[in-house]
Amino acid sequence: MTGNSFFQIAVYVIALLALAKPLGWYMARIYEGEPAGLNRLLAPFEGLIYRFSGVDPKQEMRWSDYAIAMLAFNLLGGLAVFALQRLQADLPLNPQNLPNVSPDSSFNTAVSFITNTNWQGYSGEVTMSYLTQMLGLTVQNFASAATGMAVLVAFTRGFIRRNADTIGNFWVDLTRSTLYILMPLSLILALLLVGQGVVQTFSTYQTATLAETVNYEQPKLGEDGQAMKNADGTPVMEKLATKEQILAVGPAASQVAIKQLGTNGGGFFNVNSAHPFENPTPLSNFLEMLSILLIPAALCFTFGMMVGDTRQGWALLMAMTLIFVPLVLVTVPAEQAGNPMLTALGLDQSASNQQAGGNMEGKETRFGITNSALWAVVTTSASNGSVNAMHDSFTPLGGMIPMWLMQLAEVVYGGVGSGLYGMIVYAIVAVFVAGLMIGRTPEYIGKKIEAYEMKMAAIVLLVPPMLVLGGASIAVMVDLGKASVFNPGAHGFSEILYAFSSAGNNNGSAFGGLSANTPFYNFTLGLAMLFSRYWLAVPVLAIAGSLVAKKIVPTGPGTLPTHTPLFVTLLIGTVLLVGALTFVPALALGPVVEHLQMIGLK
Amino acid sequence: MYTHLKPALLMLLVWTVLTGVAYPLVVTGMAQVIFPGKANGSLIKDAQGKALGSELIGQPFSDPKHFWGRPSATSPYPYNAGASSGSNLGPTNPALADAVQSRIQTLKEADPGNPLPIPVDLVTASGSGLDPHISPAAAEYQINRVAKARNMNVAKVRELVEEYTESRQWLMFGEPRVNVLGLNLALDGVVR
Repeated sequence: MTGNSFFQIAVYVIALLALAKPLGWYMARIYEGEPAGLNRLLAPFEGLIYRFSGVDPKQEMRWSDYAIAMLAFNLLGGLAVFALQRLQADLPLNPQNLPNVSPDSSFNTAVSFITNTNWQGYSGEVTMSYLTQMLGLTVQNFASAATGMAVLVAFTRGFIRRNADTIGNFWVDLTRSTLYILMPLSLILALLLVGQGVVQTFSTYQTATLAETVNYEQPKLGEDGQAMKNADGTPVMEKLATKEQILAVGPAASQVAIKQLGTNGGGFFNVNSAHPFENPTPLSNFLEMLSILLIPAALCFTFGMMVGDTRQGWALLMAMTLIFVPLVLVTVPAEQAGNPMLTALGLDQSASNQQAGGNMEGKETRFGITNSALWAVVTTSASNGSVNAMHDSFTPLGGMIPMWLMQLAEVVYGGVGSGLYGMIVYAIVAVFVAGLMIGRTPEYIGKKIEAYEMKMAAIVLLVPPMLVLGGASIAVMVDLGKASVFNPGAHGFSEILYAFSSAGNNNGSAFGGLSANTPFYNFTLGLAMLFSRYWLAVPVLAIAGSLVAKKIVPTGPGTLPTHTPLFVTLLIGTVLLVGALTFVPALALGPVVEHLQMIGLK
Repeated sequence: MYTHLKPALLMLLVWTVLTGVAYPLVVTGMAQVIFPGKANGSLIKDAQGKALGSELIGQPFSDPKHFWGRPSATSPYPYNAGASSGSNLGPTNPALADAVQSRIQTLKEADPGNPLPIPVDLVTASGSGLDPHISPAAAEYQINRVAKARNMNVAKVRELVEEYTESRQWLMFGEPRVNVLGLNLALDGVVR
């Protein structure tokens, strides 16, 4: 790794931690209903939203009501996205006259966007009309992020309240998350991005004259629209030339902003943030990368403030950061080391002032190795899933770390809201394990952890690995699953494992070689996304419902403090142990084997 | 369940209007006023106003008189800015080594006797297939070929390359790079 490489990573981590505190403070004020600027200014507007929707903001909900409201809102959102895709050909704002999307792809995409996964089986610029992108996808970018934040806030109330039976009002938490946090931040980020060159327009695609005419061949289509075949079965090729370049544009900046801030990750264009119109400069790259982890990191501080002990929030944030940084320092050198197969061909892959060097297949020159590898770790530690380089072309180890970060159940920062509630569940498990060791009833932040909480926590821990390993094993057993694989050998298995790790943890990034837009993958990955979102969110709300009813246990000499370095270590150990024991065998079959093959090829 | 359906439907309606209509419209309005050029694709135009490309999107070059950009994996032709795509070739896929090998061959045939090592970014496909940049090393590798094909002074070409070389943004972010389309248009004398 070069000195500049360390420097850019350090700047990133410092900027992230420095911004987490003020934003965390602001969010805590918003959720507690304390004055924080914007909520004073827009209070009448907020009231108007409740009146229009027939919501009484003072009416508190039990956990089951809260869960049903959340599910109903997400269900209707999913139906809307599905319908928009199925009808877009006959709806306005479709300047490229794109046809309706197939039913299986529409199902997959609708699920993908309501669950905050934003897995993309489709290619944006040739599939989705502007109307679908705006009314369907952009709306769910906000709604799914706000849903995650609302569940987290309700969960937090489980620790604050005592002898109560309600955990807040879903509509209020949803509204405040969107109106005061997500929308203002997105507006600022979107304009900053346009200033760097991200497009934001409703015009049709632009046309430019090429400097050099391009000659190319493509299969000739018969009158039936199928490729024509020669007598020997090979496709008939026709020679064509083009003097024009069609430049896909659109209202991208507004969607890119929320895609990053809401840990959504679904790109406007096919190659996501590798596209120069979606991420044009190193500065836009830094801003986008920062926004991925900004809210998840800040929410730790919000949690600490709301439970009245900021040290609890810092401890969780430290645990996340201490897992994150070493994994960055593994991935960047793995990519910088380059590909021994290409060294054998006499290429120069060394880093210098004149070139980034390293494994540049699938990477952009302006980002080089450091920013591509750092982004890969950032986007998979959060459940973001946007990419600025093709993960499928990463070195085996460089691709393994992002895959493993997803398999750690997206709790290292994680999705907005969902990452932290996942991490708190891990903390509950950690105090339980510690309680077993010292023979005392476990407590976390003043609440006794008993059998019911542990049962729910076990569901939260076990569902994602079952989806990932179960889904991947089904896919490698059936022909429909294997047919979509692009790269041969161990890498092909990695493509499938990566897809289910991504869907089964609501990440959304992909080893893009896998042809996932088939009925088989649209259906299986769609189910994995659904289960991993709601089978985690509902048990988390159930824990909240159980915790609010309990009294607060005063801290005594036998209480295990949960803000100390000892506890941080215990928490990290729990996360890594569960992640390692569950997934190392599967990883050994994919990236590890491929790495050994690659270095053997020298 | 039914008691929650009505607020769910109305809330979805509210947020569809606010985040799906109002928000993108406000951003578009502000972007078109503050950054009209950038919001519409950073187009490079000639004196007559004809678009010659975008500052941010690369174009395919294969003439020895032009600097060549990163290989592009878009289809059906390279640098198709209507359908961005990477190659997705895995590191141990033999097809990757074959593709790189044939690009090396093409470079060597166009400039036999070039003693410089070939920089990796010049023979590996970019992530978007639209990468407008190459590394300064990849430009340096091509300077002699371009100068020879154009009967130009090598120093003069190098001067132009330096003019189109961008350093790290704010001296720290990203990597140094050369904008290929800008450089070639300058060489052709179309845009100065």
